[in-house]
Amino acid sequence: MSSATAEKHTFLARGMKMFLIAILAFAGVLFASPAMADTVGDEYENKILGNVKNEGTPLQGVKIIVEGNGYTAEVVTDGDGKWSIGVPEAGSYLITLVEDTLPEGIAVLEGGATQTVEWGFTNTVVWNFFIGEGERNPTSQLDQFFMRVFAGLNFGLLLGLAAIGLSLVFGTTALPNFAHGEMVTMGALFTLFLTLAGVPLLLSFPLAVALSALFGWGLDAAIWAPLRARGVGIVQLMIVSIGLSLTFRYITQAFLGGGTEQLPGALGSPEIPIFRTVSLSVNDLISMGVSLVVLIAFAFWLLRSKMGKATRAVSDNADLAAASGINVDQVIRVVWIMAGGLAGLAGILWAYFRPGLKWDMGEKILLFIFAAGVLGGLGTAFGAFVGAMIVGVLIETSAQFIPSDLKYVGALLVMIIILLFRPQGILGRRERIG
Amino acid sequence: MSGSKPLKRTPQKSTGLHIGDASPGVKKVDPILVADHVSRKFGGLVAVDVEHVEIPRGAITALIGPNGAGKTTLFNLLTGFDKPDTGTWSFSGKDLAGVPAHKVAKMGQVRTFQLTKALGLLTVLENMKLGAKDQTGESLFQSIFPFLWKKQEAEIEERALEILERFKLLKLKDDFAASLSGGQRKLLEMARALMTKPTLVMLDEPMAGVNPALTESLLEHILDLKTEGMTVLFVEHDMHMVRHIADWVIVMAEGRIIAEGPPEDVMKDEAVVDAYLGSHQDVDLGVVTGRITLPKGEK
Amino acid sequence: MDINSIFINTAQALFSPVTIAFAMAALGLAIHFGFVGLLNFGIAGFMAVGAYGYAISTLTFGFPWWAAFLASMAASALFAVILGIPTLQLRGDYLAIVTIAAAEIVRLLLLSTTWIKTTGSADGLVAYADDFRSINPFPDGTYGFGPWSYTANQFWVLIFALIVLALAALLLWRLVRSPWGRVIKGIREDEDAVRALGKNVFAYKMQALVVGGIVAGLGGALYVLPSSANPMLFATSLTFFVWTALLLGGAATVFGPLLGAVIFWVLQAFLGSLLPAMADAGLLGALSSAQAGALRFVLVGILLVVIVIVRPQGIVGDKRELTFVRK
Repeated sequence: MSSATAEKHTFLARGMKMFLIAILAFAGVLFASPAMADTVGDEYENKILGNVKNEGTPLQGVKIIVEGNGYTAEVVTDGDGKWSIGVPEAGSYLITLVEDTLPEGIAVLEGGATQTVEWGFTNTVVWNFFIGEGERNPTSQLDQFFMRVFAGLNFGLLLGLAAIGLSLVFGTTALPNFAHGEMVTMGALFTLFLTLAGVPLLLSFPLAVALSALFGWGLDAAIWAPLRARGVGIVQLMIVSIGLSLTFRYITQAFLGGGTEQLPGALGSPEIPIFRTVSLSVNDLISMGVSLVVLIAFAFWLLRSKMGKATRAVSDNADLAAASGINVDQVIRVVWIMAGGLAGLAGILWAYFRPGLKWDMGEKILLFIFAAGVLGGLGTAFGAFVGAMIVGVLIETSAQFIPSDLKYVGALLVMIIILLFRPQGILGRRERIG
Repeated sequence: MSGSKPLKRTPQKSTGLHIGDASPGVKKVDPILVADHVSRKFGGLVAVDVEHVEIPRGAITALIGPNGAGKTTLFNLLTGFDKPDTGTWSFSGKDLAGVPAHKVAKMGQVRTFQLTKALGLLTVLENMKLGAKDQTGESLFQSIFPFLWKKQEAEIEERALEILERFKLLKLKDDFAASLSGGQRKLLEMARALMTKPTLVMLDEPMAGVNPALTESLLEHILDLKTEGMTVLFVEHDMHMVRHIADWVIVMAEGRIIAEGPPEDVMKDEAVVDAYLGSHQDVDLGVVTGRITLPKGEK
Repeated sequence: MDINSIFINTAQALFSPVTIAFAMAALGLAIHFGFVGLLNFGIAGFMAVGAYGYAISTLTFGFPWWAAFLASMAASALFAVILGIPTLQLRGDYLAIVTIAAAEIVRLLLLSTTWIKTTGSADGLVAYADDFRSINPFPDGTYGFGPWSYTANQFWVLIFALIVLALAALLLWRLVRSPWGRVIKGIREDEDAVRALGKNVFAYKMQALVVGGIVAGLGGALYVLPSSANPMLFATSLTFFVWTALLLGGAATVFGPLLGAVIFWVLQAFLGSLLPAMADAGLLGALSSAQAGALRFVLVGILLVVIVIVRPQGIVGDKRELTFVRK
């Protein structure tokens, strides 16, 4: 609307100078001098710590990164070569020594610059890197980048599974489903319960996915369809989805508590070298494989099957679809079943990726599922896939260039910018808007 | 269509508004609004393509044309509710292109909407008071101190009650506007527009959806606007209404102005008749509006 | 089951700085959503900005308490402007997504170790209330009676928070009844109608965003004043709790958010004491007391769903005034 834009220009003309100065000052303070501490995470009881010494001489200023269970932190060795990172939970972590911060001609000799540590019985884990004179692989930065790309692809694939469901729900019912994160958590939760009940792992997976699909069916049958029939407004529906997200998230917490559980085989998956020093774990490979197979199968269903075509029609234009004889309510029910199943599968893969199952694990990626859907174009399944791949790779590779605990900020900023300037996303169509 | 309803009084028609022959884009003796090369496309569709148009001051001008002719779009463009692709226009000499809608309204050019926008969640009186300009209490900081605006509010309320009385809505002043009938809401929108003390009142289909009993009263109110020195531009489909009260008629079709003149002359204009009745049924309307030029020899 | 301690916990929630801070946040959200219709799902972000604005200006810049409050308000206003300029024209559902993301970005920035010297990262910030305590007019001793017993410092925070809340509520009440409030009410229903009457709709929305943002930011500052500031406090769940309180009380009223906040926290305290006690007493099957504690938030979720469908105008709201309910 030009009137609104022109109004805005009036307002801006009056306050612009003042605000620009304020914003610049704010930004100046923000980016003045990034500081790092010798110890990080002091408030946590659990600590990983160690020494970095070269033949007995402590090395100062060496950067150590710890990642795992959804937590990332960096630290720098102090004058005694000591470092310590507090972590929120006792679990499996990846410790990386950034070799570029070692003095020239020094490298990690044994075991490699990246190590996985498991937790013991106390609340500290000690890890010392074996340093000495050696050839540091000069392209380790590049290898790191490739590792991140693969991690991004893996993450993007599982995001895609969840984002497709979110996107189709939005396309067919105009609802941004803020409870989608909990649908993701359900898949992992069902798997955990099944395995604890003694069901063999390979059977638990499809069963859990089926239960998740049933969960999606149940949500539509019991809640969404009746509300739609009542003609409840979209703002109210959004708030309902928030209420549901709170409900299911805290039910999960009631069952799981605050800690992290692991699905069988999540830890200690053997690494398989791919090329140069890049390696992927067996779990990673299986995860990506499963995602791809399911995505391709889903694409087939969407493109070839009668119900799939009907789904695309409704997502495109519900009124037109209804006028051409498609049973819209039935399609929406199927969409919720699919969304539930796909989200559940995403949850299982997410539990292996982190690794770890936590009560709020779904909520943690909810905004990235949205980012994927928005970037690709809410309402189109293919858009959701494309958006998810971009978001996944963006998040992981951005850690190469910015502090790793800010890598999620980039994806969120991208989502905001897309909503502002091209709300239909990459593959969406303009008419959807406004 | 009902037969012509005689009004209680015979409207004094203004004449001599134009300079030269009455044709599309003719200059006016005293124009209040002058527009040049205004165009707006939606996708591939030309919604508005007006070379030149002038609205005479102090008169009642009707903007007519078949559905889809671009009348409401032209309204939106001239009042700042839509951005044109090209075009400049000025209101009482002040350049208006690109000026936001609220500023246009502040300058004295106020409009109503095809789908009435009576604010249902406010009472009739609140609707009226909202229309007043320059109420200091509407500024954020001053609003917290009632003593700064209480007196103004009382004055505004007085004026509002006066206008409501004239529009026969006084009894309903404390009712929520949502509870009014469609016709009453139209009256409310017009009454509210008067609160802004406008110079040019632009009414978008004021008769649409109004039951015939109220039509006369609406017409009277529009005539009153002229008596009080305001200029009126209205979009309408009801030809009887147009014939009765309009001093000047502008006819649009397919985004262009195809005829201008006093009502009786315009009604007889062949191009206009074609636009409405399509007597040249075998020929595209575009031939009439000049959008399509036929090769020589074809009709 | 210790009925006594359940009672004490519940009663204390009635007059607690946390409750008051929450009421401020709900008041701010009432301005955004109740009165202007903006779907602000990022109110926790405003609270974080206000809280850290106070703490950082005290700890990093050494501001006295009154300047720290002013800085906190300025930070909230700035955040509102930065957020509002690009987003105020967005349609509802997109605005909801953008505001959640914006609040999460704020939290991630505060959590990051990059600026740990200023923000404290995951450890947060403490010990910024000394100057505030130094102006405490109440001498040492115990104040109040029964379950409402406070030390001098606790009492001071409580009284101060009450005064701020009263002022904020009075301000909002004045605004709503003024011609400014009338314009806002019109905007909530139909922006174009108000534009056609000569009002700059964008400016009004921005003003409301800033005022509501400042109020919510002060709520954030009051929230952390008695204790410590930590990014974990300002997660998305906080936003949803504020929404629940607001809708419960009545979104488009001044008294509603206050009532909703009190009921919400009293309920929280009650269930937070009752449920674990019931679990310990074996009344909840195999559930541990920690698990039982989580149940109260389950009830919050259910409550939110029920309110928004069955009684969207809340306890004191007027159904006729609602714009977000479709029939």
